[in-house]
Amino acid sequence: MLFFSYFKDLVGREVTVELKNDLAIRGTLHSVDQYLNIKLENTRVVDQDKYPHMLSVRNCFIRGSVVRYVQLPPEGVDVDLLHDATRREARGG
Amino acid sequence: MSWAAPDDVFLSTSLASYLDKKLLVLLRDGRKLMGILRSFDQFANVVLEGACERLIVGDLYCDIPLGLYVIRGENVVLIGELDLEKEELPSNMTRVSTEEIRRAQRAERDATDLKGTMRKRMEFLDFD
Repeated sequence: MLFFSYFKDLVGREVTVELKNDLAIRGTLHSVDQYLNIKLENTRVVDQDKYPHMLSVRNCFIRGSVVRYVQLPPEGVDVDLLHDATRREARGG
Repeated sequence: MSWAAPDDVFLSTSLASYLDKKLLVLLRDGRKLMGILRSFDQFANVVLEGACERLIVGDLYCDIPLGLYVIRGENVVLIGELDLEKEELPSNMTRVSTEEIRRAQRAERDATDLKGTMRKRMEFLDFD
């Protein structure tokens, strides 16, 4: 549940989601669920010319299983906090 | 992604906020299906009414009507809400008939195959 909580804290931030089919989508993180399915708002595709069918997609749901990376804003990553939370979780607390 | 109270629906990752809307569903094999979302579950299995497949080759496109589709969730990559205000495709793209798009697909495939054989011949010559 660590990364689920982590992504929940990032809601409202601008992120880029790169999918396993190389499609990269930038948008505002609207919500996440336990499967790390992601909903984005105000999306735009990074390489728009290559994916013309995505032109009129403003909001989208991405299945967690097809995500390769989520690129975060640098200020969205608190490594120390994540490190502590990992140790806490490993201890079972 | 569970059934939530109506107020929560728009805040959660649930697909409920997309019900009865026209959507674009991207599948793992690269297919693009469009239709109206009528049902879904926690695996992102979805039911599309009035589904059609959009074939795109270069700047040609064609919509092939399919009817009512149940899509197994594991094949779903992305479900996008289509903004009806915006143009669905860039203005330079033209709609063509099924026969024409099939011909364009064949031409594209032949071109790729040719490129492959050319490369193989070059490898045989073993430059560098």
